[in-house]
Amino acid sequence: MHLVVNGQPQEHAKAPTLAELLESLALEPRRVAVELNRRIVPRNRYAATQLADQDELEIVTLVGGG
Amino acid sequence: MNIEPLHIGGFEITSRLFVGTGKYATFELMRDALAESGCQVVTVAVRRERLTDKSGRNILDFLDPKRHLLLPNTAGCFAAEDAIRTARLGKELLEGLGNRGSAWVKLEVLGDRKTLLPDPVGTLEALKVLKLEGFTVLCYTSDDPVMAMRLKEAGAASVMPAGSPIGSGQGVLNPWNLRIILQELKAADAGYPIIVDAGVGTASDVTIAMELGADGVLLNTGIAGARDVLAMARAMRLAVEAGYLARQAGRIPRKLYATASSPIEGVIGDKSS
Repeated sequence: MHLVVNGQPQEHAKAPTLAELLESLALEPRRVAVELNRRIVPRNRYAATQLADQDELEIVTLVGGG
Repeated sequence: MNIEPLHIGGFEITSRLFVGTGKYATFELMRDALAESGCQVVTVAVRRERLTDKSGRNILDFLDPKRHLLLPNTAGCFAAEDAIRTARLGKELLEGLGNRGSAWVKLEVLGDRKTLLPDPVGTLEALKVLKLEGFTVLCYTSDDPVMAMRLKEAGAASVMPAGSPIGSGQGVLNPWNLRIILQELKAADAGYPIIVDAGVGTASDVTIAMELGADGVLLNTGIAGARDVLAMARAMRLAVEAGYLARQAGRIPRKLYATASSPIEGVIGDKSS
């Protein structure tokens, strides 16, 4: 199945949950925020959110800025 | 001779200097500069997480959660919709950290890539939406007094006029406009916070802004780009205090002609009496 994560295409044999995707990317849930198809997913729903084919995700974090 | 805390959106802020976290050569230098500056509010940006080639270092490991209030910005957004999305993501990130100040944002909607001047229409649009969603919005804007009034009317918790373009180091280019903004926005509301943001180049720029009556100054490049970053951080700390105290102290008026400081009577050799 096909995902777009941070503008980059990804292929997955099996559709992951959002929690599984973050784990596979070695990302700490507490330090990121996720937009799935333009809607923010609350952190307490990461494990329960099943990703689907063609889903678009923005996974963001805090960085330095003025 | 105390510096009164600033109250914005329910937060009591002890330092009038707000400092950005961008452009430092290392996270360690950033951490030390922020400490040296005495700031409490630090701005941060919201960006895509790296999915590969991660160094493992995260800015959050270098910001003191007990001292610092993180203020997410919407830097790099050229449309209201992007700024709104970014603000929501910033709020979500702060909630994940359990940081006080989750629902506030420094709103920037930029109009042009070379000047990084704000897009007034987009800024007002985004402000209205974010206000409805319960955000405390600090608005980056130009030094146009009318725009400043509109932003306050639309519910900005603070108006942040630019002294000069972001990172340009030119200081407060139009003190007259800044004075008009201060006068008009504080006329019926003396405590309304106005924070000069952008273009600060050196300590005197900060002092000038505070002496004019600004409630605070936000800067990033002025410290991060200095030759001796820690020395400049310290200078900025002293500058904001000096400007604040001078303003409180009440300066002498400017006069065209001289008024002697030493007595005019009793000068030796005086033939007049």
